[in-house]
Amino acid sequence: MRSRTVITITASAALVLLMVLLPLLNISIPGVFPGPTYTPGTLQLLAYAMLIAALALSYHLLFGLAGMLSFGHALFFAAGAYGLGIVLRNFSPSWLPAGATFVVAILITVLIGFVLATLVGSVSLRVTGISFAMVTLAFAQAGSVVVRRNPGGQTGGEEGLTLDVSHVPDALVGVLNTRNLYWLALAVLVTVYLVVLWVEKSRAGHVVAATRENELRVRVIGIRPYFVRLLIFGIAGALAALAGAAFLLLQSGVSPRVATPDFTLTLLVIVVLGGVGLRWGAVLGAIVYTLLDQRLTALAGSQFIAGLPDLLRIPLSQPLFILGTLFILVVLFLPGGLAGLTKRTGRPHRPSRRGRERMLEVEEL
Amino acid sequence: MSTIVLLLITGFGLGALYFLVASGLSLIYGLMGVLNFAHGSFLTIGAFIGWEVARRLSDGSWWALAAAMLTGAVVGAIVAAATEFFLIRRLYNRHIEQVLVTVGLALASVALFEGIWGTDPTYVTSPSWLGQTSEILGARIPNNRFMLIVVAMLVLVAIVLFLKFTRYGLIIRAGVENRLMVTALGIDVRRAFTLVFAIGGAAAGLGGVLASIYYGYVSAHIGGSLLIFAFIVTVIGGLGSLAGAAIASVLVAVLQQFANFYLGGTGDLAVVLALAAVLLLRPRGLLGAKA
Repeated sequence: MRSRTVITITASAALVLLMVLLPLLNISIPGVFPGPTYTPGTLQLLAYAMLIAALALSYHLLFGLAGMLSFGHALFFAAGAYGLGIVLRNFSPSWLPAGATFVVAILITVLIGFVLATLVGSVSLRVTGISFAMVTLAFAQAGSVVVRRNPGGQTGGEEGLTLDVSHVPDALVGVLNTRNLYWLALAVLVTVYLVVLWVEKSRAGHVVAATRENELRVRVIGIRPYFVRLLIFGIAGALAALAGAAFLLLQSGVSPRVATPDFTLTLLVIVVLGGVGLRWGAVLGAIVYTLLDQRLTALAGSQFIAGLPDLLRIPLSQPLFILGTLFILVVLFLPGGLAGLTKRTGRPHRPSRRGRERMLEVEEL
Repeated sequence: MSTIVLLLITGFGLGALYFLVASGLSLIYGLMGVLNFAHGSFLTIGAFIGWEVARRLSDGSWWALAAAMLTGAVVGAIVAAATEFFLIRRLYNRHIEQVLVTVGLALASVALFEGIWGTDPTYVTSPSWLGQTSEILGARIPNNRFMLIVVAMLVLVAIVLFLKFTRYGLIIRAGVENRLMVTALGIDVRRAFTLVFAIGGAAAGLGGVLASIYYGYVSAHIGGSLLIFAFIVTVIGGLGSLAGAAIASVLVAVLQQFANFYLGGTGDLAVVLALAAVLLLRPRGLLGAKA
């Protein structure tokens, strides 16, 4: 067992090191990346994928670990992105040096995510199961409406919000610095991964996992699952806000699309595609989904597709149609997701059954 | 006074639309425990096909509208029944996966609709009377609201009669109460599943044609936006309760209209607050069964 832990840690460290070095290397994978790995286009795409992976990890905390099917997680991502934009525009105390203002703004944003999630969670967690899903969906919809209404001219309405760079360090601004933004995204992903790992191994993590399995039993032992669930909900919200803040920096702006319930559905697709209940599954699903989405969009605009008859052209020119269909197929035929697939070929039966069991257990709620 | 009458009746009209979506959702959830995210797509496909039919027949006449409504209902029923038969049934008793499949279907179908009919709204022409207004107690009310209310009430009566006086209605009512018992008595509940989906799909497809008249256009997202309010309605009304869905539809829509008018367009937020209040005071909804 111990030697396996050592191998896992070494392999993870090597992978992270490879990811750190990627902007300095010249690797071309045609069909997957738009160009060699040192070009801003590829780095931007990879950074985007990593932030979505961080967001998916925070969602894994809710759905995979605690078994809470939330349809409102996009709200906290949007709170991070919009929150940082609004804080950076309005918060400039003279007694803080410029760099510190930036760091404090990020901390405030993460705190906003945590507080907002705790508030939303305190109401939604009064119900469980499908009602919980619908209530979180309603909150996300309300958030989406607020963002589009443009209250006080702060969110920019349909146009979205543009990043005010006056307090952002120069190293994180502009296309030439995409490399730094890539490293920032990687740092966010690693941070979120470690926090998720820590939460999973903590007492609170064990309690919510136990509640997922059998809530009655947890209550009988004398633990009230409500507050522990609320804590996990808050932490997931804070992590999503962190990913959202980095997203704002990467895109130098944010559009109301990230606040829509559809964005949460995408997140759900990612987590299930990767494999429910597995941290690696969430990361893998996010990267596969983002790359597929990007390549399919490129494919949709290609000459090859435009030349096809309508019957083939229309479905193939809609990336979301292909991804949605792929998702349905995964749910129907591949219950463990992509991560379950890799495990299944290595060690037959056990992991895939485990994935299936987890799905069954979650269903009880 | 006239403003209040106007808001009330337009609220009832919007509530009628919500009810057409929520009734199916509530029945499906009550019987099968499936939260159907694809329900909005049943509505959208009904609206699009209904519009295509009306356009080909003769634009803007009453019988073209009737044909559109009939087609919308039939298409909604067929698509819904097919969804149940090919996708939901395979995942029998695995509720989360059933929800996931409907989520995938909703995403894929909206993308497909955008591919076929474009991303811009398609404007529809309806009989000219529906575009005019009538005066009631000094309020000028758009005529299409009356049609919405009448159709929704007919649908409500039809569903209630079906549930009360037919054999399958009995099986469905019994299944909502206790599915295991019905199965134990040797009755194949699965046929009732397909039927409930078909009924819900028909109501949604009909709702789609009516929604296209209410809004004046059809778009690929028309179902998705109504679906969220229908979810809220089903939770407030109590999951699985048809009467609850009917009452909550009207309450939610009227509240939305009043908040939009008197509180500066905050209707959507008022509805979410109402939902939060209901959950805090009565988590099972207005007429929901005890959890």
